[in-house]
Amino acid sequence: MTNHWVDLKNADAFLIMGSNAAEHHPISFKWVMQAKEKGAVVIHVDPKFSRTSARSSFHVPLRSGTDIAFLGGMIKYIVEKEKYFKDYVVEYTNASFIVNKDFSFNDGLFSGFDSQARKYDTKTWSFEMDETGVPKKDKTLQDPHCVFQLMKNHYSRYTPEKVSAITGVSPENLLKVYDAYSATGVGTKAGTVMYALGWTQHTVGVQNIRAACMVQLLLGNIGIPGGGVNALRGEPNVQGSTDHALLYNSIPGYLGTPVADWQTIADYNKANTPVSKDPKSANWWQNKPKYLASLLKGWYGEKATADNDFCYGLLPKVENGVDYSYMYLFDRMLQGKMRGGFIFGLNPMNSLANSNKARAAMDKLDWVVVSELHHSETTDNWRRPGVDSKKIKTEYFLLPSAHRIEKEGTVTNSGRWTLWHHKAIEPMGQAKPFGFMLVGLMNILRNKYLKQGGALPEALTHQDWPKTYVPEDWTKRINGFFLTDAKFGGKEYKKGQLVPTFGALAADGSTSSLCWVYTGSFTEEEGNKTKRRDAKQTPMQEKIGLFPNWAWCWPVNRRIIYNRASVDPTGKPWNPDKALIAWQDGKWVGDVPDGPWPPMADKDGKYPFIMQSMGFGALFGPGRVDGPFPEHYEPVETPVTSHPFSAQLSSPMYKSVSSELDKLAKPGDPAYPIVLTTYSLTEHWCGGGETRNVPNLLEAEPGLYVEMSQELAKEKGIQNGDGVIVENVRGRVEAIAMVTVRIRPFTVQGKTVHLIGMPFCYGWTTHKCGDATNRLTPSVADPNTTIYELKACLVNVQKAEKLTEIV
Amino acid sequence: MDCNRREFIKVTGTGVLGLSLLQLGVDITPVQAYTATLKTTGTKEIVTVCPFCSVSCHIVASVRNGKLISTEGDPEYPINEGALCAKGAALFTMTLDNRLQKPMYRAAGATRWVEKSWEWTLEQIADRVKKVRDKDLILKNDKGQTVNRLESMFFIGTSHADNEECAIAHQMSRGLGIVHIDHQART
Repeated sequence: MTNHWVDLKNADAFLIMGSNAAEHHPISFKWVMQAKEKGAVVIHVDPKFSRTSARSSFHVPLRSGTDIAFLGGMIKYIVEKEKYFKDYVVEYTNASFIVNKDFSFNDGLFSGFDSQARKYDTKTWSFEMDETGVPKKDKTLQDPHCVFQLMKNHYSRYTPEKVSAITGVSPENLLKVYDAYSATGVGTKAGTVMYALGWTQHTVGVQNIRAACMVQLLLGNIGIPGGGVNALRGEPNVQGSTDHALLYNSIPGYLGTPVADWQTIADYNKANTPVSKDPKSANWWQNKPKYLASLLKGWYGEKATADNDFCYGLLPKVENGVDYSYMYLFDRMLQGKMRGGFIFGLNPMNSLANSNKARAAMDKLDWVVVSELHHSETTDNWRRPGVDSKKIKTEYFLLPSAHRIEKEGTVTNSGRWTLWHHKAIEPMGQAKPFGFMLVGLMNILRNKYLKQGGALPEALTHQDWPKTYVPEDWTKRINGFFLTDAKFGGKEYKKGQLVPTFGALAADGSTSSLCWVYTGSFTEEEGNKTKRRDAKQTPMQEKIGLFPNWAWCWPVNRRIIYNRASVDPTGKPWNPDKALIAWQDGKWVGDVPDGPWPPMADKDGKYPFIMQSMGFGALFGPGRVDGPFPEHYEPVETPVTSHPFSAQLSSPMYKSVSSELDKLAKPGDPAYPIVLTTYSLTEHWCGGGETRNVPNLLEAEPGLYVEMSQELAKEKGIQNGDGVIVENVRGRVEAIAMVTVRIRPFTVQGKTVHLIGMPFCYGWTTHKCGDATNRLTPSVADPNTTIYELKACLVNVQKAEKLTEIV
Repeated sequence: MDCNRREFIKVTGTGVLGLSLLQLGVDITPVQAYTATLKTTGTKEIVTVCPFCSVSCHIVASVRNGKLISTEGDPEYPINEGALCAKGAALFTMTLDNRLQKPMYRAAGATRWVEKSWEWTLEQIADRVKKVRDKDLILKNDKGQTVNRLESMFFIGTSHADNEECAIAHQMSRGLGIVHIDHQART
């Protein structure tokens, strides 16, 4: 989230899209309701009517996978009806930038597309620079090749009629949303976007969110209380686990994973450190070399020296352009290329797309280490229904893990608040924290390498590891230390003392930090700030519920990021009633500002979007692989064979794999005419491996069902409560029919399209509750993130003669 | 007066000690009776965080002699203000049933689990890891560049881990040379 949970109460309008917040982030909704009671309009755009819809001002059903068409229509509306917040758009976004004259867009494709490689050469997605190396601008926004005019032209095709025809939303409903939401583009109103996996799990997932960013930038809704683009992160510590990069493509603190072409730290820094020639651009990422050196010092300790590139050479280097995420991992596993691995605290046999493939792939491993609270479809994959366990040659090591309440440490909530949780009770039986297991394993391995040698032993033996797992020692390592006596901010620090803020991190090896965004969370001056329980606020902070003294928030306890955009160039809040920061008597008051500099209009002032190298909010976003403007493309499995915006039916760049288990239905396939979307439940978490083992939660939501409209049920001769088979080219799933008015048929391009919805939390290890819905979903993914398209695929449904998976 | 349940209990607690009856301004007798029967009387209150979605609601665990007596929403935490959803409210029962309590091993082709000690289990895993790593670690790629990567082993998980544990998992994976790293952030 750019903002935080309590801040939702400051919104005047909500666009909840790709999320069912009331059911999946129930406590968030208490803040939505507070705003609604004060007059805010709450809009829910979602295929299904849910408890979120019931509490919203209005619900607008939309065919799954058509969000960009919907939002593209909104951008057109905002621009053409001049609903945008002009001062903000001109001063703080790149609307005025002049784009490379060779940039173009033609029939669904941007300039530079190589259809053989299915890849763009992005060199024309750039800006014209003046003689000093600063982007050329036309602040009147009239230049035909400025971002604003290109954007206006791009979305001119997204007429209410065309958008309606493809999304299944009536033109009246479209205009109702566009009108209500765009009313926030005035500077004194705030609109917030709340989204979740309903946006990310599409082959256009990243562009869904880009489209929301554009809407928010046009309306001046980023960086302000009650605004923002807010990812409602669904997992327990998924913000923290992302910050610490349990991902192939980054190393902690959002630094890129080293690739083979970057052989030295100098190569890495040259390729990764952005340069800006504009003195008013803070270009924060220019500090990247400090964060990398501090990370390497954190990992390799005294073995890391300037002379040996801080052990950078020991790190694994990936091949440029090769993807090592789930989808490819399981594809390589099925091909027999993986020998063993670790699956800690997740249930991929239920939660990944195309579960039949994932389950078969796991059988190809020599060994696997699984750590869990309970038996799950993953821990016990070797004895799943339909396989002969004697033929499964994989060794399984099962490690019992401690529950959150049985251990201590920090987690980071969706609003970036880093929170200490105390250990209440001892772990049950011999269960242990993950930290115990991994530190223990590393010590055994390091001893083996010290005694026996082996392949590149120093990659392990040079690392700095403690003998036992003490969580708070790692909280300190994450924050980082001075490694020599130092002076910072007029204060003396001794070697071994905690670094007070990431401004003190250095590229010369004199500091360490395992994740620079957390530096400042644990200091000599104030101790472990993640334990703070102080609700004290200044009157200004209290008005918007900022809570700066409760726990700690990254970065530098800044509660709303890009907060310099909440004030005009002289430092005056756009909305004085809900001021976030203000420049008073030569200093900032309110939230921790995005950098210490004076307001933008001052000679030493900076632009507000400090993480963008040029300092401006990106209406034109050249950083994504699939285009600088979001464009509507159909899901890979789509019920239509054409759409009104271009001849390019699906994303030209979506990722896919091609094993014999990766079949896809063709567009408009008459055998599979129904759209399937999937979702979570309030009572179950993700793949359900944990919550199905909690009797009261299982009792509340006991088994797999499929929600379908009365019209579809009638067409198929299905009654509410009947057993049904949902099937497609990849799998067959049994479920109980829930015939409901919550799902309505869509009219798409003049024809009826049915959509059904299913939870994905059920699995065979819980007696007869049903099995993985994800046996139906395809291994196709967004080209930027490789997140699977789990929210839209094609199926058919029929009444079951007999059920074997459910009783 | 404006006070939530937990403050109420605290205030009545002091009331029982005869320190501040006037704080309530009400007849204390029925409250005393209620307090005396509270199942959390004499427990230690420890704040934990709900293990599910990233709202990270705070939960007060009441513990007596090392045993969990109850869990309830933390009324002081500014976000959930004492409220919990169905999952958070079920935290107490989560610690009771069906848990894995010992390391277990299932041999190739076996049809059942066998309980093992932590020492045996970690030693065996280290043995497997070292064998694969020593055999499969790729020191140079086709272009002769140093790559030090281990493609045939993976690490996936988890958003269930604390930040400290995530830092450890990442450091370990990169130390081993693992490049297939992923977790729930991608699903």
